[in-house]
Amino acid sequence: MMTKWMAKGYLWLLLALLYSPILIIMIFSFTEAKVLGNWTGFSTKLYSSLFTGGVQRSLVSALWNTFAIAMIAATVSTLLGSIAAIGIFNLRSRTRQVMNFANAIPMMNADIITGVSLFLLFVSFGVSQGFTTVVLAHITFCTPYVVLSVMPRLKKMNQNVYETALDLGATPFQALRKVILPEIRPGMISGFILAFTLSIDDFAVTIFTIGNEGLETLSTFIYADARKGGLTPELRPLSTIIFVTVLVLLIVINKRAEKSKS
Amino acid sequence: MVSKISAFFMRRRNWTIPYALFLAVFVVMPLLLIVFYAFTDADGAFTFANFRKFMVHPEAMNTFVYSIGIAIITTLVCLILGYPAAYILSQERFNTSRTMVVLFILPMWVNILIRTLATVALFDFLNLPLGEGALVFGMVYNFLPFMIYPIYNTLQKMDRNLIEAAQDLGANPFQVFMKTILPLSMPGVMSGIVMVFMPTVSTFAIAELLTMNNIKLFGTTVQENIYNGMWNYGAALSLIMLLLIGVTILFTNDEDNASNEGGGVI
Repeated sequence: MMTKWMAKGYLWLLLALLYSPILIIMIFSFTEAKVLGNWTGFSTKLYSSLFTGGVQRSLVSALWNTFAIAMIAATVSTLLGSIAAIGIFNLRSRTRQVMNFANAIPMMNADIITGVSLFLLFVSFGVSQGFTTVVLAHITFCTPYVVLSVMPRLKKMNQNVYETALDLGATPFQALRKVILPEIRPGMISGFILAFTLSIDDFAVTIFTIGNEGLETLSTFIYADARKGGLTPELRPLSTIIFVTVLVLLIVINKRAEKSKS
Repeated sequence: MVSKISAFFMRRRNWTIPYALFLAVFVVMPLLLIVFYAFTDADGAFTFANFRKFMVHPEAMNTFVYSIGIAIITTLVCLILGYPAAYILSQERFNTSRTMVVLFILPMWVNILIRTLATVALFDFLNLPLGEGALVFGMVYNFLPFMIYPIYNTLQKMDRNLIEAAQDLGANPFQVFMKTILPLSMPGVMSGIVMVFMPTVSTFAIAELLTMNNIKLFGTTVQENIYNGMWNYGAALSLIMLLLIGVTILFTNDEDNASNEGGGVI
């Protein structure tokens, strides 16, 4: 009994340690003080100024860019990754190993190396960096996760159904749409959500591929802001909102994963 | 012609081709470019000068060694704090809920800059000085979930019968842990070490925020050189980091793919 309480106590202590920084940000998102740590009474002014444009123009456009990039990158990754997963699943074992290895590189590699390598790719071919290059970079590190989300669904499905559909006169495209797609859809959705969160979260790869045309994402905005010394007060409610959103998204993915297991 | 195209796509393995091309252009070629830039000078002529510069340049070398040191300390602290947590979470007799596991992994998904700034805020709030202590705390705070998760995974999948067998054969709890549980959880420990060591040794920007620009890590050196147009030298430094990562992965080769199976994130 004693050890049980100690064990539980240890976990709660560790959780308190892990969450205290984010809790402080959340608490101080409900006060107006410019400097974090000053409590000047309860207020939701920071939240309203975040939504009504009282905040700097650039934060709003950074948010919009982050969302647009994540949306495009996650969509393309999901399509590319799902088609690739079907292909890889049907490869002979030698080639499949090669593809699996190549697919694992962006996941195992350090973000900064991925960033530097893509930077060198773009400058070597004279591609001017901006929105498109960030999207391409995000597709690069998101797609492997989609492949890995879709693959287990393919392994589970009955392989003969696709062949049967073809025998019964379906074109490969019809068979894909009517047979394979319904089977792998849950994996695609999980992959999409994962890609979306990874893209929104990214800082290291983005900063190397965003160029210097003044394009900002949330991460680069926070970085620039923090380097200037102060921290825009509106970032507090924003972090809070992002934290809660991520929490909800993760619970959704988790529930899905549990459901597909049972 | 149309029938030829459709015949081509009949073979589902051909569906790999678009992604294979994509990987070739956006993963393989960029990595080769790092190697190319690292071994050439600004005019594209072959040279070792970039590596020589790293060897004789005390600042870059010191930052490199210092970063590895910080990464080792962070990894150790994460292991010491994380192993017991993973162990408790995996044991049914403590009946910890699944939500608890999610709570431990959740911070992994919060923007790393926000997490870092939150740490700075915490230190400000408690009136603690920013410096090496803040740096290690911030790193541990950022990467602890990466240690807990893989260890938890292997512990959870462990065959309970082996533990019972050890107990039946007369091992005391300490012996059971040392001779059965710990060795069986080594794959998780190894991937935990990789997952903490790698991002810690390669971070940039975070150390500066946590130490008011007083401490610089190797990742920042790489970034600064790339930013200042020293692409060849920056590429050489990246290649050195890449080798370090490669060595770490080889060294802990037992890395299990458990975390990637089943399509679930958590």
